[in-house]
Amino acid sequence: MADVKLSGVHKYYGNVHAVRGVDLSIADGEFAVLVGPSGCGKSTLLRTIAGLEDPDDGTITIGGAVVNDLRPRERNIAMVFQNYALYPYLTVNENIAFGLRARKTPEIEIRKRVGEAAEMLGIGNLLQRYPRQLSGGQRQRVAIGRAIVRKADLFLFDEPLSNLDAQLRDEMRSEIKRLHHEITTTMIYVTHDQVEAMTLADRIVLLRDGKIEQQGAPLELFEQPRTGFVAGFLGSPSINLIPATLKTSGTAAEAVFKSGGSLTLPPAKAALLSGAEERQVLVGIRPQHFSRAGGGGPLREGVVSYSATADLIQPTGTRTFTTIKIGGVDAVAELQAHDVTNHGERIELAIDLNRVVLIDPASGLVIA
Amino acid sequence: MRIGRLPAKKARILAVRYLGAGIVILLFLFPVYWLFMISFKTPDEIYHVPPLWIPEQIQFSNYYVLFKDGDVLAILNSLIVAGVSSGIAIVLGTLCAYSLARYGTGGENLAMWIISQRMIPPIAVVFPIFLIYVHFGLVDGYFGLILLYTAFNLPYVIWMMRGYIVDVPLELEESALVDGLNRWEVIWKVVFPMVRPGLMATSVFTFVFAWNDFLFALVLTRTEVITFPVMLTHYFGGQSNFWAKIAAMSVLGTLPIFVAVSVMQRYLVRGISLGAVKG
Repeated sequence: MADVKLSGVHKYYGNVHAVRGVDLSIADGEFAVLVGPSGCGKSTLLRTIAGLEDPDDGTITIGGAVVNDLRPRERNIAMVFQNYALYPYLTVNENIAFGLRARKTPEIEIRKRVGEAAEMLGIGNLLQRYPRQLSGGQRQRVAIGRAIVRKADLFLFDEPLSNLDAQLRDEMRSEIKRLHHEITTTMIYVTHDQVEAMTLADRIVLLRDGKIEQQGAPLELFEQPRTGFVAGFLGSPSINLIPATLKTSGTAAEAVFKSGGSLTLPPAKAALLSGAEERQVLVGIRPQHFSRAGGGGPLREGVVSYSATADLIQPTGTRTFTTIKIGGVDAVAELQAHDVTNHGERIELAIDLNRVVLIDPASGLVIA
Repeated sequence: MRIGRLPAKKARILAVRYLGAGIVILLFLFPVYWLFMISFKTPDEIYHVPPLWIPEQIQFSNYYVLFKDGDVLAILNSLIVAGVSSGIAIVLGTLCAYSLARYGTGGENLAMWIISQRMIPPIAVVFPIFLIYVHFGLVDGYFGLILLYTAFNLPYVIWMMRGYIVDVPLELEESALVDGLNRWEVIWKVVFPMVRPGLMATSVFTFVFAWNDFLFALVLTRTEVITFPVMLTHYFGGQSNFWAKIAAMSVLGTLPIFVAVSVMQRYLVRGISLGAVKG
């Protein structure tokens, strides 16, 4: 068990500045997920913590000790790789025991721990098999087993579920979460998949171009993004960003679209805006904040009605995504399964603007 | 599959195929058969016209002579020289290959430069090497030949092993590093097992190269450490050729290669195709 601290970590590959001054503090027992688009430096950062890459600047502390000059094996960490990294010439049993044998653990202890791990992961009947005889999901279980028998201070996962099919990925995701509840070791998990990040993390660390864009609890990042990038990265389908001119006067604010039409912002949002009377913004509306307006009764405060034509209709079973036009651009609305059925259908929508996000297009920062 | 059940056309095609295969096998195996037969024949039988396909009786006197006169020491010399030089070349070469593959030692072109050393015609360098060896007193000894064969085999080993090592997933090594091994242990416990088929195939080829070398052995040996190919030339004379000895010695010289290839066959096929086809 250990906490992890990074301060001012930089990493260059030739001319590429892969990690640009990352400061990060992960508490003992925390499940932190490093997420971001490919090339954002998340894997590099993880490998730097593992000791597989040397940072060019900054310090890395694990459990209070600076580990910059320690080799990977001296850091008492365990790591699970994307392609499992199982030794094809060893049985499952030998694979799981590999790290323990490397550390000269007594055989009795090895047998006990391998047995425990195999039981925990439900692979007790596979111990005598070779990796090539296993399915992808079983291989990943073995790889996780190899990590947990080590009883390391820190677990590192480098996109461990990327090679699995969708159903297996969901299953393994739950298992990893359950595993964390059981063994409560500090875990750092790298993924490019925002769903994995949202579901697994105690804390999401969202990276972009080698820097931390924002970090915090999953829902905090989702609901209070600090930048347009964060707002756009988290959430599926992603947030709709509609260019508009924001007109404020007193306590009222209105987003006026170039193609005509406007949305009146709720007073709570308008109160956050100050200064310029007229400015360009991107209005961010999540697909989940659309609903089919029904009944004709009075709308809640901050909810506005909007009439649109359903273009693309994509039913997923539980929900139906439909593409509509707002302010001249395509926007996705997430509705109930049967809310809309026909292409070209005229629909009355309600948009909850209480949670609208306004972004300054120049700086990319969220202004309200 | 039973031929009787096949339609006539398919059966004919199959028959032609087997016939073709049979002819090819005969063509390739006949010289080997003939070599073995001569080694068991008496001089009379060897020169018999028309040729005798099978000797009257299998007799080993041709071999007995080789053992009695100590000519078989040449086989032993070849075994020592080829075995030791291959062993050294494999160990050193694999380590060099690891360095090239994983640390990018020498940049992109060093590997090419190394293998180019192997492309020099041996005849172009054999006499300068002879002069150097004379100077350092290395002629006609085990050390000189082992040194030379090691040097000649190293580029080949480095080139081949580099290819095999590059194909080992880097994560396997990284995982082992995290799990508690140091770099040497990683090479021994992860890289070696992963490249074993390639290693075996390469070992056989280096051994065969040293075993079959005639040119260097001819120039660099005199009387002490005569290898098997050089020994064979002693049986060709201006007046007469000792066919019985030539045949018996050739059989003895073929056996180690035969054994090596049979034992390693499983690895050879995989080793040669390794790297070319990703599993």
